[in-house]
Formats: sequence, structure tokens, C-alpha cells
Amino acid sequence: MNYYTPFLEVTKTILDAGGEDLKKCYQCGTCTAVCPWGSVREFSPRYIFKLAQHGLEGYEGDELWLCSTCKTCVDRCPRGVGIIDVFTSMRSIIAQTGLIPPTLRSVLGSINSNGNPWAGKREERNIWAKELGLKNFSGETTEYLYFSCCAPSYDPRTKKIAVATARVLKEAGVDFGIFGKEESCCGESIKKTGDNTTYEKLLNSNISLFNSKGVKKIIAQSPHCLYTFRNEYPAHSGNYEQVHYTQVLAELIKGGKLKPKKEFRKKVTYHDPCYLGRHSGIYEEPRDILKSVPGLEFAEMIRIKEQSFCCGGGGARMWMETPKEERFGVMRIKEALSVGANVIATACPYCIQMLEDGRTALGVEDRIEVMDISEILSATMF
Amino acid sequence: MDKPRIGVFICHCGTNIAGKVNIEEVKKYASTLGDVVFATDYKFMCSDPGQELVGKAIREHKLNRVVVAACSPLMHESTFRKVCMLAGLNQYLFQMANIREQCSWVTEDPELATVKAKAIISGAVAKSRYLEPLNIKEVTINPSVLVIGGGIAGIQAALECAEAGNKVILVEKTPSIGGHMAQFDKTFPTLDCSACILTPKMTSVGQHNNIELMTYSEVKEVSGYVGNFKVKILQKAKYVDHSKCTGCGICMEKCPYKAPNEFEEGLAQRKAIYTPFPQAVPNKPVIDKETCVYFKTGKCRACEKFCEPKAVNFNDTDREIEVNVGAIIVATGYDLFDTRSVSQLGYKKYDNVYTGLEFERINNAAGPTAGKIQLKDGRTPKSIAILHCIGSRDKNYHEYCSRVCCMYALKYAHLIKEKTESDVYNCYIDMRCFGKGYEEFYHRLTEEGVDFIRGKAVCVLDYNDAKTLYPDMVEALGITDSEEDRKKLFVRTEDTLLKKTMWLPVDMVILCNAMKSRSDAKDISRLLNISIGKDGFFLEKHPKLAPVSTATDGVFLAGACQGPKDIPDTVAQASAAAAAAISLVQRNKVVIESATAYVNEELCSGCKLCNDICPFTAISFDESKNRSVVNDALCKGCGTCASTCPSSAIKANHFTDRQIFAEIEGLLNL
Repeated sequence: MNYYTPFLEVTKTILDAGGEDLKKCYQCGTCTAVCPWGSVREFSPRYIFKLAQHGLEGYEGDELWLCSTCKTCVDRCPRGVGIIDVFTSMRSIIAQTGLIPPTLRSVLGSINSNGNPWAGKREERNIWAKELGLKNFSGETTEYLYFSCCAPSYDPRTKKIAVATARVLKEAGVDFGIFGKEESCCGESIKKTGDNTTYEKLLNSNISLFNSKGVKKIIAQSPHCLYTFRNEYPAHSGNYEQVHYTQVLAELIKGGKLKPKKEFRKKVTYHDPCYLGRHSGIYEEPRDILKSVPGLEFAEMIRIKEQSFCCGGGGARMWMETPKEERFGVMRIKEALSVGANVIATACPYCIQMLEDGRTALGVEDRIEVMDISEILSATMF
Repeated sequence: MDKPRIGVFICHCGTNIAGKVNIEEVKKYASTLGDVVFATDYKFMCSDPGQELVGKAIREHKLNRVVVAACSPLMHESTFRKVCMLAGLNQYLFQMANIREQCSWVTEDPELATVKAKAIISGAVAKSRYLEPLNIKEVTINPSVLVIGGGIAGIQAALECAEAGNKVILVEKTPSIGGHMAQFDKTFPTLDCSACILTPKMTSVGQHNNIELMTYSEVKEVSGYVGNFKVKILQKAKYVDHSKCTGCGICMEKCPYKAPNEFEEGLAQRKAIYTPFPQAVPNKPVIDKETCVYFKTGKCRACEKFCEPKAVNFNDTDREIEVNVGAIIVATGYDLFDTRSVSQLGYKKYDNVYTGLEFERINNAAGPTAGKIQLKDGRTPKSIAILHCIGSRDKNYHEYCSRVCCMYALKYAHLIKEKTESDVYNCYIDMRCFGKGYEEFYHRLTEEGVDFIRGKAVCVLDYNDAKTLYPDMVEALGITDSEEDRKKLFVRTEDTLLKKTMWLPVDMVILCNAMKSRSDAKDISRLLNISIGKDGFFLEKHPKLAPVSTATDGVFLAGACQGPKDIPDTVAQASAAAAAAISLVQRNKVVIESATAYVNEELCSGCKLCNDICPFTAISFDESKNRSVVNDALCKGCGTCASTCPSSAIKANHFTDRQIFAEIEGLLNL
């Protein structure tokens, strides 16, 4: 027989670690019912919150690492609970005890030794840009820093999207440069692992690099980097004007400075990345770009914009194993197929990877392609 | 003026003040202040013995200034002013020092609290030296009462006032009184027929000699002050002369043009010439100009042709009517939250997703389905989900609880069970059944076999969307592609007691949408100079002790315009508002504040700066004298004009520069 009683010391630890909002939860179950995990398995953030409110054992289990930080629950929560912050703070407490999932440990090791989570060598960070003739960023001579994100630097699939973006930006006459080997991970996913020490080290070294190079404006390839520059860096004296590349390109197209030339005769649907949409409120620019492409037939899926369905790659889920039947990317590909699309476009390197994985897992490579907005644009330009 | 002889009376307020402030020390300090001839303390100065103590001291020590150090003036200034008057001292020679709200309650350190209390008393004593006696002003009161809004709150308030012998002008925006209550089918928890209990009251309003009913009318302008309001009312053109109309209804029969029926929540249509519902008061039609084809093409006039008493008058125009009243009761009611803003719930996207009020009409014997609970295709539903807290208790929309939804959800569940074989699911966060007989009704419903799921419903999908997004779920729930199953709706929620996420396949969804403030609440608030709270509803003067009064004297609140309320609470509050209005207007005269601003004509340059800046529109301009003039009855003595006046021509009585500077000096003189 177990006897239970609340253990509020534990609760206080969570609150002090940044989980203040835990107190606000009134247990309505909205988070659980809207969570994308609910489509594939039982997972109740509300239940974890109740355990944590009582300080009872169980909140710290494996499920704590399921949250992909897609923000669907935060936007719907009737009490305005910052659910992601509470999850991150609970993870940080576990991280302090060293009990984080093993796959994340190697990611953090790679961050510490190479400055990226992909176990790629620092000196190889630039390979993607080798043949493009891009200039190195210097605050005195260059307007924008183009921040490619670690994924395109090392992952062969997403490498193509950085190449496409850089080519289009160059064609449009945008004045930008890159850092190359000195560049490190922005830290977004690292924060979500709960390892605050590694995260803060990254944050501080990035900010001193940016400041020493005279960075004023950043074009981010990944919405995750964009989010971090926008929401985390300013509090640590990293104040930069940050834009997502789709914003720059949409503006150029609108102003007539960039014109998609060739026809792109395909039916395209658009998957809103969580960190571009819900987290940053950018919904229209990617759609505007797609709609400007001649010959392109645009079709919306059912779950779009604020209600977009997560790819499953956020919150450090990118480096954790998910059984095939539980992968969000698979479901998203199915949804895209249901509206008759033969291309699912998106604007985030993580989404690209997860959707590509979903497409392969489903065995529908012949029916649908996964493309970044920059790749579609590039295809119509060159 | 005689040399000041100041008495200081320090209240313990039980432990409220004495628990923090060292009373003995403060008393000693007070007695050392200049002109203070008497200082004492008492446990509760506001109690009868406390008041006697003050009165006795005034007489014995020949005090000509009184300082009571206690709570806020809002609480007890009037109490001690009366004590002074009874002891033969002009009430404006009294000064309150607030050492509770502004000191003991908000200062943690007892030593600092004691220091602060001394400073506050020192300021009050310093000010009191310069206090001047002011004349008591009285104005006469017009005994008529204006009631704005003809729902159950307005009806109740109007009848109470009229029964007490006062003339009432009841202004209603729509063509009939009755409000939301007229739309309801049954009322919880007694299940009385709503119309059956409402219509006798409506008829009484229509027939009462003391009530002048003005439907299809809106209040456009209010000026004046407590006891003497001047009100401009816009009587919209009805195009039907109600003095001739017999209410036979032939015009409505013959009218060929239709518009969505507002009373039926758009679920049915009405004619261009119409009465909103069969029991309408007045039961005589108006022509809706927007719908009537004659106003667009100049042709038709069918109604006119068939009207025997020749009541139809296409030349009717809007008219402005001015009335004088002594008190105003605001009973403008509520609007309903637009459930389209929670797009995940499929309202207006899928068939058979209804709001609560729409379901009231579907269930009403006089409604569009003659009371048959049915789906859009005419079938009787076999399962219905009732979703609570839609737009209520939700920071994204309205943080407050709407207070009625739990109970009407139970009422719907009962009526559904009574009329159909349907399964009923209630998706709730907390059941709030707090009223008389409410918990018992909840108990009764659990016994009627209603299923309760403790979790907020987050999304509704139709068959096609569910099939696309969750094919496995659709299959697992045994949903086939039969015609009936293809019309299913799927409700998503977590049963938080089970820690299980659920899908409820149902035929109909009822959304319990929040009550919210009227969309024109801001206009009304500006018209009457009353405040609006954070929740958007009108703000009462005090949540506990003056729940039907407002910051504007003579303006009272009744019903849901003050906050979400059920019918019993609305009726109780309407009676309370009526009682407050009656007790005001039957006084014949009312004392108004003398601490008002005064323009020295010798100094006024006629620049009019004060005219625009006065928040109470109390200052007007006398063109003949080229001077600004303060209307004493409207002035609240806020002092804005006095501090604005570039010629220092305005004096704020009881808050003169000299008094304020003395108080500041006193505060700093430690």
C-alpha cells in the first residue's frame, strides 16, 4: 500500500527553475486534447502538471521529453500557462542530475566540442557554400548576416536549402555575408534539452562573436534560429534586427526586385513550421511567395496557420527516436496527399528532415516531393 | 474665524490599525501639534460610543476643527460629518486622516507604519487649520425614472418603480420588450416555461398607467445631474401608427419580403413588416426599412393596401423626444460571445453545431421546429455533446465565469432526455451549481443518465475532416460510411479524471458560449458617465456595499449589464436598483456636495480652457458675461479646472491651494 501526500519542496524547485506558470494550471485538459501526440499515443501534459503541482514522483519520467514545443497548447490554454517554459524547467532539473536521454547526451557533447549538434567538424561547416562565392560577413562592408543553421551545414538534404536560399538572395542583389567556421549553433534546441550550462555558454559566445563582428541585421534560414535571436538574445545584450528569409524574399517579390521566371507546374501545399507560424506569427509571406510562382497550383491542407500540425522535430525531438507509427511527419504527408498535392513545401530545415522521413516511411516518394520554399523559388530562377 | 481648536481622534479599527501602528505614541505626537487642544484614541471610532466620544469632545473642548484618523473617507467621512453637524459644527470643518488603507494595511514594518501615521495626521491637522465652513446645498428631485433596456431586468425595475407611484419611461431598442428571456424555452432549475412567467410581466408593463413604454427607441443624450436629468430619446420611425393599428397581422401575412429572424437567432425568417414574436409588447408591427422593398424601388406597399385602419404610414420619420427624470436605471443586458472566433469548434462551418441560444429556439414549442429537437436534415439526434465554457474562463477570450452555462447545460440535457432517446455528453471543467435548488438539479440530471466528462472540449470535426486526419480513430469507433454516419461530428476532449483523451462521435453539438458585455457598452458608459470594469461590464460603485449604484449619483445598474447573471439574480438586482431609485426620487430634495469648484468672475479671462477639460461637463460658458460658470450639481470637486486655470480664477472649495499646501507641509513636517 502506498500512501501519498504532496511534496511541495519539489514543486518549489520547478517553480524556481522558471516553471512559475505551473501554478496557474486549472486542469481543464485542453493541452492534452490539442497535443499532436494525442493522435498517436496517450500523453497528458495536464497529468504531468498535476503531479508537478503536488511535487509527486512521476513527472520526471520519459514522457517529459516527448514535448516538441509546437506551442499548440500554449495558444489554446485558457489560463495562459507557458507550458513550454514549464516543460523546459522540469527538463532542466532532470538535466542537472544527469538523467537526460542518452541520445541527447551525444548531441550536447557535439555542441561542446564542435559547436553543432550533428557531430560535424567545425572546419567543415562551410562546405555547403564552397562553390557559391559568398563573402565573409563584416559589419563594415556587409548589410546582413545570413545565418544558415547547423542542419544545412552538415545534413546532406538540408544543405540544398541553404544553397538555394543563398543563390536566390544573391540573384536578388541582397548584400549579405556568412561567418563560416566561426559560426555555432543558435542554441534553440539546446535550451529545450534542459542543459542550461551548455545553452548559456553557446548564447554568450555567439553574442560576443556577433557583437565583435558588428552584426546589425540577420537573415535566418531556420525559424528556430529566428525565434532564438528574437526572444532569447536581447536579454543578453544581443540586439539585432532579425528576419526570416521568406520575409526578405516576399518583400523583394512584392517590390518587383525578384521575379520567379520559369513555370512550376505542380500542385503545392504548404506546411507551417511551428517556430515560423505560432512562435513568430509569420503565416502569409511563405504563401505569398508560392502564389507568385507561375504555373504553381496552391492547395491548403485542413490544419493550417495557427492550427498547423507539428512535424515532430522541435524541442530536441530531432535527436530522439520515434517509432514509425508515431511519427508526426508521416501524418502530415498523409494530409498533404489528401488534398492532392504533389509537393509539400515548408520553410524550416527541421520540418524538411521530418517530412522527408515521413515520405520515405510511407513509401510515397513517387507521389509527393518535400521542398523548401527557397528550393521552389530557385527552381523557377535558374 | 476663531483661532483653531483642533481635536484629533485616533481609531484602532480593532487590530487593523492598532496591530501595526503604535497608537499611544501617535496620540502623544498628535497632542503636541499646534492648535491641537484634545487628542484621544478609541477601539472603534465609527461605533456608537466612538461617535458619542467625538460629539462630547466637540462640545466640552469647544472644538472648531475635527480630525479623525481612521479608514478612508469613502468608508466613514459621511459618518463623522454627521457627528460634527449634530454637535453644531459645520461638516466641512471635519478632516479625515486615512491611516488604515494608506498606512497600516500597506506598511509591513510597525515602526515605519507609526512614522507614516504621524505624518498623515500631521498633514490632516495642518490642513484642518484652513478649513472653511461651506453651505449645505439642496436640489429638488424630479420623481420620474428612466429605465434603459426592456429585458427582464428593465421590466422588473420599471414595474417596481411604477407600483411605488413613480412615473417610468422605459426605453427599448428593439420593437418589443422581453429581451433574452423571451427567447428561452424553460428556465432552470424549476423548468418553468420562460414565456409563461415573463409575458404577464410584459403585459403589465404595456398596460401600466405609470409606465410610458418607448420601443424601437434609443437614448441619445443625457445631461443634467442627480434628480434632474434631461434625456434625449430617438424614436426610430416605425412606419406604422400604433395608435391606429389593431395588431390584426394582415400586413405581415401580405408582405412578400423576408429577412433573417433575429428572435429565432437566424434559424427562421420574418417579414419586412413584423413583430418579433407572437407575445410581443407592444403587439404591433414595425417596418424594417433595410428589408422593405418599397424603400428600395418605390413599389409594393402591399401592407398599406390591406391595412383596414390605415395605420401604415410610409412618411413616418425618426423623432427626437426630450424627457426629464430624477433617476436612471441601466438595464441594457448582454451580448453573446461569437463562437466563430474559436474556429476549431466548427460553428457556422459544419451543420448541427449550435450555440446555446439557437438550441433554446430549436427546443421551443414556438420556435422554428415547433419544439422538435432535430438535426438540419430533420432526423432526431441520437447523441448530443454539450460543450461548456466556450469563451468563458478563458484568458484568450473572457477570463470570468459566465455563471449560467453549467445550469442551462443541465437544463438542455434534461429537455433532450425528456423529448428524445438521445445520449447526452457534458464536457465541463467544473460544475458550478451554486444557486438555490441548483445542486439538487445537477443530482437529478446524473440520475437521468447524462454522461459527464471532466475536460474542456477543444475541437469539433465533421466526418470528412475526421476521416482525412484520423482515419484510424474513425474506424476504431465503428463509424461506417452510411449516410447517417457521414453526418457525424467528432468532439475531442480529455477526460481528466481518467487521463484518457476521447473522441465523441455525436449528431449535434451545443456550444455554451460566454455572456459578454454589450457591443455598445462604451457608448452607454460615455452617455451616462459611468465606468466599465476590466471585464467590459458596467462597474458598480462598490462590489459589496453599493452593488446597484454607479460612480454617477442617480444612475443605477440592473441585470447582466453589470456582469453575467441568471434570471433570479437579475430580478433581485433589478428590484434593488428600483428600490435605490425610488428612495432617491421620493426624497423630493437631495443634498449635493458643497466641495465644488467656483469661478471668481473678477479673475476669469474667458479662455474656456476649463470648459473642455472638466470630466463631468460641469462647466459652461456664459456668453453674456464672457465668463465660465460651474454647475454646482454636476461638479464633483475633482479640482482639474482649478489646476488648469491660467488666471487662478477657479477655487476648488474644500481643496483650496492654501489647504493643500498646508497639508503637504504638515506631511513633511516631521
